[in-house]
Amino acid sequence: MSTSFADAIDEGNTVLSFPELVASLTTKKFDEKAVIIKKIQESEHPQSLIILSKLLDGKIYYKKDDKTVVIADITKKTASIINASTGEPLGQTTKKKLKKVGINNKLRRALNSSIAQLSLNNEDPKIRKSAVVEMFKNMDDEMSSILQKQLGVEKNKHVIKTLETAISINQLKSSVHDDKLQAIESLSNSLYPEVRVALNQLEKNLSTSPQTSQTLTLIETTQNSLKKIESRVGIYKQIENIFFGISLGSVLLLIAVGLAITFGVMGVINMAHGEMLMLGAYTTYIIQLLLPNHIEYSILISIPTAFIFTGLVGIGIERGVIRFLYGRPLETLLATFGISLILQQAVRTLISPQNRAVSTPEWMSGSLDINPALSLTYNRLYIIIFALLVLAGLMLLLNKSKFGLQVRAVTQNRSMAKAMGIKTDWVDAFTFGLGSGIAGIAGVALSQLTNVGPNLGQAYIIDSFMVVVFGGVGNLWGTLFGAMTLGIANKFLEPSMGAVLAKIIVLVFIILFIQKRPRGMFALKGRSADN
Amino acid sequence: MEKSLIQRLLLSDTGSKILTIVIIFIAIVVPVLNLLVPVDSPLHISTYTVTLLGKYLCYALLALSVDLVWGYLGILSLGHGAFFALGGYAMGMYLMRQIGDRGVYGNPLLPDFMVFLNWGSLPWYWFGFDHFPLALLMMFAAPGILAFVFGWLAFRSRVTGVYLSIMTQAMTYALMLAFFQNDFGFGGNNGLTDFKEILGFNLQDNTTRCALFVASAVALLSGYAFCKYIAQSRLGSLVMAIRDSESRVRFMGYRDEHIKLFIFVISAMLAGIAGALYVPQVGIINPSEFAPIRSIELVIWVAIGGRGTLYGAVLGAFVVNYAKTFFTAWAPEAWLFILGGIFVFVTVFMPKGLVGIYNQARSRNTRKKSMKESQANIRNS
Repeated sequence: MSTSFADAIDEGNTVLSFPELVASLTTKKFDEKAVIIKKIQESEHPQSLIILSKLLDGKIYYKKDDKTVVIADITKKTASIINASTGEPLGQTTKKKLKKVGINNKLRRALNSSIAQLSLNNEDPKIRKSAVVEMFKNMDDEMSSILQKQLGVEKNKHVIKTLETAISINQLKSSVHDDKLQAIESLSNSLYPEVRVALNQLEKNLSTSPQTSQTLTLIETTQNSLKKIESRVGIYKQIENIFFGISLGSVLLLIAVGLAITFGVMGVINMAHGEMLMLGAYTTYIIQLLLPNHIEYSILISIPTAFIFTGLVGIGIERGVIRFLYGRPLETLLATFGISLILQQAVRTLISPQNRAVSTPEWMSGSLDINPALSLTYNRLYIIIFALLVLAGLMLLLNKSKFGLQVRAVTQNRSMAKAMGIKTDWVDAFTFGLGSGIAGIAGVALSQLTNVGPNLGQAYIIDSFMVVVFGGVGNLWGTLFGAMTLGIANKFLEPSMGAVLAKIIVLVFIILFIQKRPRGMFALKGRSADN
Repeated sequence: MEKSLIQRLLLSDTGSKILTIVIIFIAIVVPVLNLLVPVDSPLHISTYTVTLLGKYLCYALLALSVDLVWGYLGILSLGHGAFFALGGYAMGMYLMRQIGDRGVYGNPLLPDFMVFLNWGSLPWYWFGFDHFPLALLMMFAAPGILAFVFGWLAFRSRVTGVYLSIMTQAMTYALMLAFFQNDFGFGGNNGLTDFKEILGFNLQDNTTRCALFVASAVALLSGYAFCKYIAQSRLGSLVMAIRDSESRVRFMGYRDEHIKLFIFVISAMLAGIAGALYVPQVGIINPSEFAPIRSIELVIWVAIGGRGTLYGAVLGAFVVNYAKTFFTAWAPEAWLFILGGIFVFVTVFMPKGLVGIYNQARSRNTRKKSMKESQANIRNS
């Protein structure tokens, strides 16, 4: 660019139009760029926030031929470009024809603060709030005065709170004793990690400075504030642990509920249950491959598909193998184990021995931020809800439908049920199908938490057996109770002793527990329990 | 006429007779063909084969121990791999101590993995393992004590059937997780390996390998005789009575849980010995031996051979393991299909295993023969 142009900017008396301003980004001098960035920010043009954040991401280019500044989305050799100052698409071009607008660290800082200040004017209070949080790390007096101004016009109370926190963080650096003291005290209500960092830093600085009575009070107040914050963070940590526990519990619930049904009704331990889970997860994966453009819905399609598919596989196993083995539970255990080996190897041969990642739809990613110390991820939240829905649906099916009535009759007294005209064969097959289908659904849920692989089922099968043993057979409330207890216990033991030791302790606990109640927490009572 | 004890135990029925003869035969012939026949002779048996057969013998002893609890007592243990591995670890610890300062780090006091983990001193549970008698005691005691504690807890509260099976599986799973931990003090994932010598004999030596092979054969045969002794005794009748109707035995005034506990502990010790003999031959013991699938696999050896016969278990261990060696070399992909297929096929179509099929065929033959004879008699008359 011509030097006169840059001079004009420096003098600050030339008013440039927005497109001109953007066009001047093509300069090679970083100092000039800094001035231009400031100007773009102050122009408050609707495109300015986009331009600045894209610049930070390194997506601002200019065309070598006519020096138009563009936002480019580069894939390998081609690039789709958008005019930066107007936002109109300019179609495709090749990468070679573009030149990047470079930035350095100093510019990055300038950009960050400009973007933050621009975001303060955004309509969405969430964006305003996160803009303020962004500023916590590099607060100075200038920024603080901007925020003070913002405080005057801000209406949203969450944003006001964050603004106050930001100002208080800056106030910690103040040389006036009372201001400092007040800032420390007001910060004791804040849970932001940056606040803790700032307070810790302050404490360190104070302890090295000369020990006057004023510094001593400051140190004491700081320590009190920190203690207060720590204890609140601790409480939220516990809440988060409970949440993790419930989410692990609901995964276990989803897996174990199918097992409880087959075991409860048919006395059959299905060692291939884990593989039903795996098949469900692979169904999700395959449906996603088939519908690459509809990731958002593919998971919703996967749920019924997985249910039907694994359900049919389950019915096939029941008709093909298990029905020859009734009354010989130990043999059934071995036969279904053989089936699990075959299914695992089949997946390894047909698909791949490697783990596959299933992508999470947009609406399931991200997290619900309750406060800075506690955020709950949506996928876990959805799985908890989903598990409870499945449980409720299953209870409804078993308690209200005709099929459920027959299942319960067969559970309680097989021969009497048969005498009353219930087709026990048919009930067995469909119960097994139902249990397997639910395992399939659990697999869909699991695919959102972990990678899908041939060994997926093995990882969870022993845990889910423990749930059934612990909760007792033939009672879905028992399964719910068992799953949640084990999930929460696991997550509570984990931080202090590590995941593996926690698991071992839970296993040992269950072994001891069944001393007292060999049939689990909620055992069936009455005559049927004797068999 | 009083039969001698050995006759009664090893030569009482066809299966036992064949087994005894075959085992004594290979225990003599294999070392001879390995050590005395020159390498280029077609009759020479390679050391690899000796080790492989030695491994099978250990597996056979392990299968015996499973058959004792499953075939006679009716408890399906899915955790016998754990007892096997514990015996193996006891032996492994002794062998580790024998390495002395010949390890990679040359530390005379600590095994390599402890040096690697920066441990200052030997953990207390490693003390005494440099003395063979104590290590030998632990080969029995480690699995025995675990079986005693577990069995005492389980049988006292009458945990039976599939519940018990699942608990045994959980037990071995928990142990696997624990042994995978580095700070558990047993070498973590890598386990114990790089052994040098046993009782002063070099483990790489052909003679030592053959000696271990013979020791395994002797252990198998003594284990067999011991199991047979139990099975033929009054205790054995009680054990089978418990299998067939536990509550009746209890109502007749027997303490069924004591009998079950006794057999369970004996069986665990047999498995431990199998593990202890296995480790010096394969040269490594690691936590994957605790994996639940290993324990289930060995149940299928017994199932395919025919449970409740003892010699069936030995037969099954040989057949399945030979098949495994063959198929994993020939078509590794196919092995799990075949193993899974065996599980399903055997449980559905061959509930009495190979031995059962043989017996069935024989009884059919004799029935036919007797029918023919009687028909002939009728015609003649």
